[in-house]
Amino acid sequence: MKLFVSEGNPHCLKAVAALEVTGVNCEVQYVCHQERAVPFFDHPVLPAMLLSSGMYLFGSNAICQYLFEERRKESNQLCIQWLEWEATELQPALLQALHMAVLQGKGSEVSKVLQGPLKHLDQSLIKGNTAYLTGETVSVADVVLWAALYPFLSDSSLGLGEQKSVKTWFDRGAAMHGFQSAAQKVLQGKGLQGMKSYMQMQPAPQSSQCRDTQPCKSNPAEVSLSYRTENIQRCFSTKLHLHLCLRKHVLPQEGKRNLLVTSALPYVNNVPHLGNIIGCVLSADVFCRYGRLRDWNVLFVCGTDEYGTATENKAIEEGLTPQQICDKYHAVHSSIYKWFQIDFDFFGRTTTEKQTEIAQDIFWRLHKHAFLLEETVEQLCCENCKRFLADRFVEGTCPHCSYPEARGDQCDKCGRLINAVELKEPQCKVCRQTPVVRSSKHLFLDLPKLELQLEQWLDKSTSTGDWTANAKQITRSWLRDGLKPRCITRDLKWGTPVPHPDYKEKVFYVWFDAPIGYLSITANYTDEWEKWWKNPEQVELYNFMAKDNVPFHSVVFPCSLLGAQDNYTLVNHLIATEYLNYEDTKFSKSRGVGVFGDMAKDTGIPSDVWRFYLLYVRPEGQDSAFSWADMATKNNSELLNNLGNFINRAGMFVTKFFEGCVPAMELQQEDKKLLALVGWELQQYIQLMDKVKIRDSLKHILNISRHGNQYIQVNEPWKKVKGGDAERQRSGTVTGVSVNIACLLSVMLFPYMPTVSQTIRDQLNAPEAIISTMLQGSGTFSCTLTAGHRIGTVSPLFQKLEMDQIEALRKRFGGQQVFDAASVPVPAAVAEAVTVIGVDPERAKELTQAVAEQGEKVRTLKAQKAEKAVIAVEVVQLLELKELLALAEGKSPEPAPQKGKKN
Amino acid sequence: MALRELSSLEKFLGSNKPNKYRTQGDKKVPVLQNNKGRPVVGLVTIACHLAKEAKRPELVGDSAESRAVVQQWLEHRITKVDGCKKEDIKTILKDLDHYLQDKVYLAGNQFTLADIFMYYGIHPLIVDLVIQEKEQCVNVTRWFNHIQHYPGVRHHLPHIAILRNSIYSSRQH
Repeated sequence: MKLFVSEGNPHCLKAVAALEVTGVNCEVQYVCHQERAVPFFDHPVLPAMLLSSGMYLFGSNAICQYLFEERRKESNQLCIQWLEWEATELQPALLQALHMAVLQGKGSEVSKVLQGPLKHLDQSLIKGNTAYLTGETVSVADVVLWAALYPFLSDSSLGLGEQKSVKTWFDRGAAMHGFQSAAQKVLQGKGLQGMKSYMQMQPAPQSSQCRDTQPCKSNPAEVSLSYRTENIQRCFSTKLHLHLCLRKHVLPQEGKRNLLVTSALPYVNNVPHLGNIIGCVLSADVFCRYGRLRDWNVLFVCGTDEYGTATENKAIEEGLTPQQICDKYHAVHSSIYKWFQIDFDFFGRTTTEKQTEIAQDIFWRLHKHAFLLEETVEQLCCENCKRFLADRFVEGTCPHCSYPEARGDQCDKCGRLINAVELKEPQCKVCRQTPVVRSSKHLFLDLPKLELQLEQWLDKSTSTGDWTANAKQITRSWLRDGLKPRCITRDLKWGTPVPHPDYKEKVFYVWFDAPIGYLSITANYTDEWEKWWKNPEQVELYNFMAKDNVPFHSVVFPCSLLGAQDNYTLVNHLIATEYLNYEDTKFSKSRGVGVFGDMAKDTGIPSDVWRFYLLYVRPEGQDSAFSWADMATKNNSELLNNLGNFINRAGMFVTKFFEGCVPAMELQQEDKKLLALVGWELQQYIQLMDKVKIRDSLKHILNISRHGNQYIQVNEPWKKVKGGDAERQRSGTVTGVSVNIACLLSVMLFPYMPTVSQTIRDQLNAPEAIISTMLQGSGTFSCTLTAGHRIGTVSPLFQKLEMDQIEALRKRFGGQQVFDAASVPVPAAVAEAVTVIGVDPERAKELTQAVAEQGEKVRTLKAQKAEKAVIAVEVVQLLELKELLALAEGKSPEPAPQKGKKN
Repeated sequence: MALRELSSLEKFLGSNKPNKYRTQGDKKVPVLQNNKGRPVVGLVTIACHLAKEAKRPELVGDSAESRAVVQQWLEHRITKVDGCKKEDIKTILKDLDHYLQDKVYLAGNQFTLADIFMYYGIHPLIVDLVIQEKEQCVNVTRWFNHIQHYPGVRHHLPHIAILRNSIYSSRQH
């Protein structure tokens, strides 16, 4: 056993005193204040005690307790209570008093600070009426408090002797031999002044500035405004790239790689959130921009998916026609994608004549080749509204759990899937009449008949194309379960009409209809659309989507096209992302959690920075999360300090040291090494991008600027430029190489941050041709800014994101607080005091959500076969939440009925 | 906050009837009003008291050494973690991370009150961490995740999702 202490440290006095008083045999080593005695701490912590087991103790009170235990004096509850009081109440006061007395020479004022604790001590002693704090014998509490108070109470000049009981108690300790010897050893008889060197190393006590109470320093709105004006204006004033403006009616070309790229069609009613944006359109956009740099012939189409029940519902809700609803939301989508600089060749919609034409053609072909089956389906029909009711238009009592507000397709309470005709007491959601069961004929796509053909095609496509792992896996699991016929018709009005005379009141089911949107949107872009869609020999089809959309693109839609037998282009590369969470929870429109596309621009953060961060955390291979703080960190560390810093320095050196002209370069070994390194990173970037590993290849761009920063740092061109000719020459070479790397970076950045990329080339006055030369083949990094080239005006590319600003944004888009309030049950002790819990609809809403989430959690745990104890805990919490919910709804907790979602 | 922690501890200990608490002073020090004898004052003191009452002495340590370690971390919690300043957070997490490098629980291989109360105390710090920072203190995150899933501990605190796979490359950028 070994005790490490330093002289003049008041905490060490406690430990040494405990050692002397208990007489435990222990080596004591005196070290300096800065000694790092505890190996797992990077900073000095004294006293510290090394136990024979090799374990270290670092708390002074814990050390004292341990020493007393060695003498079989285990701390009782009263001891622990005194020690806790000493640590939390007395120590802060003592620290302040020491600061005043030792460093500020205000010894006379310490009584003010110590008065409160001393009074408490005095009263306790009087009340206890014992010789020592915890009884008639000395305990660890006495020693710790004696030692803590010793510097003050032994100094009669401070006038702290008012409390008689304290004085009597203290004198008992001061008279003990062991205690005196300890004081002598640690303070060397110097009293307070013996602690001067120790106190000088302590931070000044600031009891009021706690973490929680720190005020927000600046007004976040102001910060974001200034950010916006400075940064965005610059962004918007930049010219569009010439190459992109000239793109008109791209058609497949002989001898070129012809890429047809689609991104999953967003459903028109939903404003896309960041997860949707990164999942499809942004990922596809990056790849298309990259493809154009590679001189591939790329067509990028997308559009809004507009038909279906949800639109019809929304129309009824808003009192508009479905077409008006679609027009309204299509515009919302367009403007969001425009802000995010999604560079579609065409962004269309599914409610067009071409859609009807093509969908009906495919239908007739399927019909002709006998891939359609007819079946009679029992359905609910509202006689009042004169129509068959789609699942979402019916509500009733769940046949399984008797929940009164079950939807036509699923019960919100028990979660079971329901066939609408099984509902008890069904109601039409529009008119509240009871619908009747009618049988109605429907058409089914005969998937089992197409299965063999599909599997043959899939084998070829997945083995030759780039399918993400999740896409392959989801597809496999669908095939493994076996395909069943799927109904392609619906009794709705808002949809593509079924042309068959026997079904003239019906429309196509969205899953059949929506993917045909890719074709019809292309047809609206060019009359020669068949050159893309009926040309599998020349065209490679890329589908971008989130993983939930995979089966429709890999199984169902290919079956429609295969069955139609018209030489359709089928998907070659299926790129599916995982999910993006929002701050460790899910995006939720109803709870207002998360950033939705239309809000991003209101944050004042430039579109390029949004793109960068979303791509940096792109859920590639695994789920990932959007986090505000992380976004600020990435902006500040990667964009500002790494990338922006390097490019800015390179440009500034040319401007400041070489009159704005690129200096002559004479490459040395070191420069060649750097160029080789950069070349390697460039090749990695290209290899990954070719495989649509968008997130991974972004890292290689950042690596290049990291290498560049190091290169500048090591070579110090700003110093060498002031030296002799040789040194000046060297400085020129380093600057020239750096500015050329900056040029390369601008090209590599183009897919990710188009505006910044253009800004860099503008600043460097770089020829536009470089943009299409550097990424040819396996990547060539050439010197494009040769000696004598005059660059433009260099200015910073990025702006710091302040934590305050980010914190404000996080709060604004929060959701976190909702979650907190719902998941923190009132502690039992407090609940007792609150006799009446009022009915609170707001809280009920929150709790409903919490109950749903907790229920989901329990189900997941059960599905994962988690430990029983773990499940039990979650179940208990679920029951608690349900109880709280019942209270908040003003119901008695027992049968716990809950209010379901409205839709 | 302290009251919530204590009520969670009670639930963890499985006591059927909750105790009555009040707080005293500006710092809201919790006080347990005992019908027999004097009141029990302070978070650590009450916690040790409850563990003893529930006949779970192993929660405060089953040897002199582990008792000292438990007390030391409880002391650390109430003196260093509580009310720590923004600039201290990094140090606190780094220290703990080093410490937990070769340990399952704070007192070695045994779950104790130290784990429960350090978990409660450090929760607000972990909530604010970004993914990368969590990855930088893997041992703390591992321990934290372990404790938050330890049956019956979490109660009043929201669950914090810990990603299983690191998403940042191990190189420190």
